[in-house]
Amino acid sequence: MKVLVPVKRVIDYNVKVRVKADGSGVDLANVKMSMNPFDEIAVEQAIRLKEAGQAEEIVVVSVGVKQSQETLRTALAMGADRAILIEAASDVHQDIEPLAVAKLLAAVVKEEAPGLVLAGKQAIDNDMNATGQMLAALLGWSQGTFASELAVEGDTAVVTREVDGGLQTIKVKMPAVVTVDLRLNEPRYASLPNIMKAKKKPLEEKTPADYGVDVTPRLTVVKTVEPAGRKAGVKVGSVEELIAKLKDEAGVI
Amino acid sequence: MDFGLSEEQSLIVETTRAFVENELYPHEAEVERTGHLRPELIREIQKKAIEAGLYAANMPEEVGGAGLDTLTWLLYEKELGRANYALHWTCVARPSNILLAGTPEQRERYLFPCIRGEKWDCLAMTEPGAGSDLRGMKASARKDGDDWVLNGTKHFISHADLADFAIVFVATGEEETPRGPKKLITAFFVDKGTPGFTVRDGYRNVSHRGYTNAVLEFDDCRLPASAILGEVHKGFEVANTWLGATRLQVASTCLGRAERALGHAVEYAAERRQFGQQIGKFQGVSFKLADMAMELKAAELLTREAGWKFDQGTVTEADMSMAKLKATEVLAMIADEAIQIHGGMGLMDELPLERIWRDARVERIWEGTSEIQRHIISRELLRPHGG
Repeated sequence: MKVLVPVKRVIDYNVKVRVKADGSGVDLANVKMSMNPFDEIAVEQAIRLKEAGQAEEIVVVSVGVKQSQETLRTALAMGADRAILIEAASDVHQDIEPLAVAKLLAAVVKEEAPGLVLAGKQAIDNDMNATGQMLAALLGWSQGTFASELAVEGDTAVVTREVDGGLQTIKVKMPAVVTVDLRLNEPRYASLPNIMKAKKKPLEEKTPADYGVDVTPRLTVVKTVEPAGRKAGVKVGSVEELIAKLKDEAGVI
Repeated sequence: MDFGLSEEQSLIVETTRAFVENELYPHEAEVERTGHLRPELIREIQKKAIEAGLYAANMPEEVGGAGLDTLTWLLYEKELGRANYALHWTCVARPSNILLAGTPEQRERYLFPCIRGEKWDCLAMTEPGAGSDLRGMKASARKDGDDWVLNGTKHFISHADLADFAIVFVATGEEETPRGPKKLITAFFVDKGTPGFTVRDGYRNVSHRGYTNAVLEFDDCRLPASAILGEVHKGFEVANTWLGATRLQVASTCLGRAERALGHAVEYAAERRQFGQQIGKFQGVSFKLADMAMELKAAELLTREAGWKFDQGTVTEADMSMAKLKATEVLAMIADEAIQIHGGMGLMDELPLERIWRDARVERIWEGTSEIQRHIISRELLRPHGG
């Protein structure tokens, strides 16, 4: 079985995000960028499937600016076999919307015919949480989202999903799209020997035109603002006072 | 000319940095406070370092290392250097390159176990009476039949308590030169447990908590000729040929800690408010930051250039001395100024600054004092003029 893993280059989770002065978005100039952490988990899971003999090949694909190839190299250094870069933007601030990405991924899936698409549940930049679901819909495939456990049994994937109030286990018929959550695994370090090998692994460069997909944005960003600063807390003198405040002022009990 | 890092180099930096931050930083407080590395902790981190291919990455690929060129190796050293020295030196060991000079038997016995993380090496040169003037060493070995018998004392021997064996440099003779008699030095492998070889606790010192030094005593310690590394009387030749860019290694690890200290200083200058504004807005603080960043960059460029020239085979002694000298002095300055910017908070051990400041002190002394480095640089300037 072939596993396809889409990976996105996003602002590093350690970076303090700054809103651009004109409010059009987040400032990404000269900012450290990394692989979306959920995508890292997806790559790790694909490698584990391969190590367990349940997958033969791992193909990673990224849609974005040319520098996304650094993200792809990271995935190759972790253990993916092959990479496809779809250069869909020239400016790092230009966002490719989930539907356009899903359409491009659907086209890649048609060419590559993977048995499983493993994707991060969402990217930490826009938190859309839509691409995996849209991809499954476009392909007419089953989907298992927010996976915290995944077992492949023959042509079935058993997905444990993190839902409100607990865990839900579902069986989906493969081929399927599975989006992964935080607790699925802990991604490995790209080891030094694998980093050296990654350079020799193939990285194919494509454009949206190659797949006949229009990536023109359909959404307009009206404004981007910093979250409101946290207000200072108050000190209470006694348990009684605390309970009174929770009842009367906060209205939570 | 290209000053950028390759994709591969960036990935190596990223992986090493992530490892240092996730696997070493969390244990720093313990090592700093106890001055001790628990054996279980060593094994736990060592296992992960081996899996990540970071362990013994200084070694060539054919013996199980990462086969990095000097420049890339220095980038890796810089990231490791950010952390507590005992942690990175022990748990992500870089066995001495001098082990590569061994015979096939010596490689089996010493080199490969070190690369696999089963043994640790240590190098013994310094003596109470022989520091910068190494050739003035008193420890000696005399030939007795086919064997050699070692006598003398070595001190300041780093991590000798942990090491399974020592590579010991001793005088084995003397030759006449136009400038007077000169001692001939030979290097020997000495296993722990060899009769006549004792390792005693060294001194408690200001820098690098958890990273110990020891005193090595040799009292009629009998060794077979097969314990000689390289050739008889050619100890320094072996060291010079094989030790590699150890001064650049010191420079790089210093750059890592200097960068970490600067990071704290910048963050604090932007967060801390006094007199109604960020302290970074006061020129007294902002100019300090500018100088720290500039000096760090200068030291880094010197180090990288020397590393690059090392790979080209064009490096000079002065190149390496300049990098070592500059990086160690810049670290001292940055650590000091970072504390100044933090005020009292900089002295508290909640932040790594007080120990980066303490740790900086040894760097200007070991691996050739700042004065020895200046001597090497000036010697290279004056020699063509008959100096």
